[in-house]
Amino acid sequence: MRGRETIIGIALMALLLVVPAVASQAGEPFYVTLATRIAILALAATGLNIALGLGGLVSFGHAAFFGVGGYVAGILAAHAMSMEPILLGIPGTKQMLVIWLVALAAGGLLALAIGAISLRTTGVYFIMITLAFAQMVYYFAVSWPAYGGEDGLPILLRNQFPGVNTLKPLPFFLICYVLLAAGLAFFALLRGSRFGAALQASRQNDTRLAAVGIAPYRVRLAAFVISGAITALAGALFADLNRFVSPSMLSWQMSGELIVLIILGGVGRLSGPVVGAIVYVVLEYVLGGITERWQLFLGLVLLVVVLFARGGLIGLVAGRARHG
Amino acid sequence: MAEPVLAVSGLVKSFGALRATDTVDLDLRPGEIHALIGPNGAGKSTLINQIAGALRPDAGTIRFAGEDITQLGVAERARRGLGRTFQVSSLAPEFSALRNVMLAVQAVSGSSFRFFRPVMGDARLTGPAMAALERVGLAERARIPAAELSHGERRQLEIAIALALGSKAFLLDEPMAGMGPEGSKRLTGFLDGLRAEAPILLVEHDMNAVFALADRITVLVYGKVIASGSVEQIRRDPAVRKAYLGEGA
Repeated sequence: MRGRETIIGIALMALLLVVPAVASQAGEPFYVTLATRIAILALAATGLNIALGLGGLVSFGHAAFFGVGGYVAGILAAHAMSMEPILLGIPGTKQMLVIWLVALAAGGLLALAIGAISLRTTGVYFIMITLAFAQMVYYFAVSWPAYGGEDGLPILLRNQFPGVNTLKPLPFFLICYVLLAAGLAFFALLRGSRFGAALQASRQNDTRLAAVGIAPYRVRLAAFVISGAITALAGALFADLNRFVSPSMLSWQMSGELIVLIILGGVGRLSGPVVGAIVYVVLEYVLGGITERWQLFLGLVLLVVVLFARGGLIGLVAGRARHG
Repeated sequence: MAEPVLAVSGLVKSFGALRATDTVDLDLRPGEIHALIGPNGAGKSTLINQIAGALRPDAGTIRFAGEDITQLGVAERARRGLGRTFQVSSLAPEFSALRNVMLAVQAVSGSSFRFFRPVMGDARLTGPAMAALERVGLAERARIPAAELSHGERRQLEIAIALALGSKAFLLDEPMAGMGPEGSKRLTGFLDGLRAEAPILLVEHDMNAVFALADRITVLVYGKVIASGSVEQIRRDPAVRKAYLGEGA
């Protein structure tokens, strides 16, 4: 069955590439932006999918990592524009490559701190404590006036990438698309590796994992850090897409949105976040054009998926996941 | 006498007013099968859980392979060669039998913090895992998810995992439970040979198996050791007959 999932995944990725290319040719940049949004949300959800899908860690606080990635992009860009050092003479930068590395590191470090404490709990307590940490970060951003506080922080000009005109929609889309592809490849490798085996075993039965001599806590913490780092990278791209970062990226609705994407697409499935992001953004666009209350219909779709397709939409068409 | 591989001394564990383990002394010597028997609620599983590290004793020490392991966690004890099976099979249900055993192989053959190399094509993992499955007679079922294995097969898989760990001592918690007479017989034969590889602490209700296999038997009642000795001594012990085997046994 994994064969069919691979074909569907490749087809969707091809579609995600062709549609914006055609739209760009036809002079419809809006659809390019829509596709970029899909790619970025899918990357963020792929990060979460490592913790939630492979490790069974229902983090309700991944907006913290997403938002921190966004603020990394915003703050570095703001200091580069104003020429003021951030602290201790460290300058800002407009270079995406640097911003991405800082976002990955910041997301990973924050995930290390949050995970080290949260992973001592399980189940509902884990959900609540990750939510609580994310809310702390949210209120910190709201109340910190230096970087816009509640109003957020604009990025006047999109950050730069060597040899690419990032101000044009299609080149920026391609950057996001390549990073999504890299993220998916990373997820696939990780899932099949020794670490992936231990992580998936920790979700299925942590007593068993410990009994063979692998401490579940360390495996989960490493997964949480990797997960947070990838979601933060997506956050940096999201800030560049909107040329704006605000506390709403850190809000609990954002955390919920990422979870919804994965449940829609398929928890723990490679193409789950891509399917989820496409469905989510397309619904938002199509239904959002008809009614303000489009999320009601999203809720209905989610309800149907949860009741009738526990493996998500990808599970519906490609069957259950099998592990060799 | 050979130095015991595993030595439990003065172990105490209480749950509220209940003393589930009451100053228990127990050891396991190289090459032997030491059976731990007792009526339901005698505290056998509580004792096994303390030896495996899942429960912390209130007092007493546990020494394994010459070291005090009382303060170590489950994973650390397993890495040192304490291989256990569970009273109720505890496996990764979505993983195939093979992948369940591979997890043990990966745990002993180095780090689990390797992020890229695929495990399924890795002969260093699949080879020893298949070998362990073959030993317990499960090779043909290697690709079946653990959740779809029969009850008896899951018991065998638990033992295959303990084998793959290269255990220096086995803690087998009712390995025959729920097995048919045919399965029990086969497993009895298998455990008989296994003791030469590493000693076995065997918790078992199947008295035929216990009397056929055990070099020594320890009887636990209400958390206390009421008798310990050879099969013959235990058979003759009046306190055991009264408390456990029943009059006329």
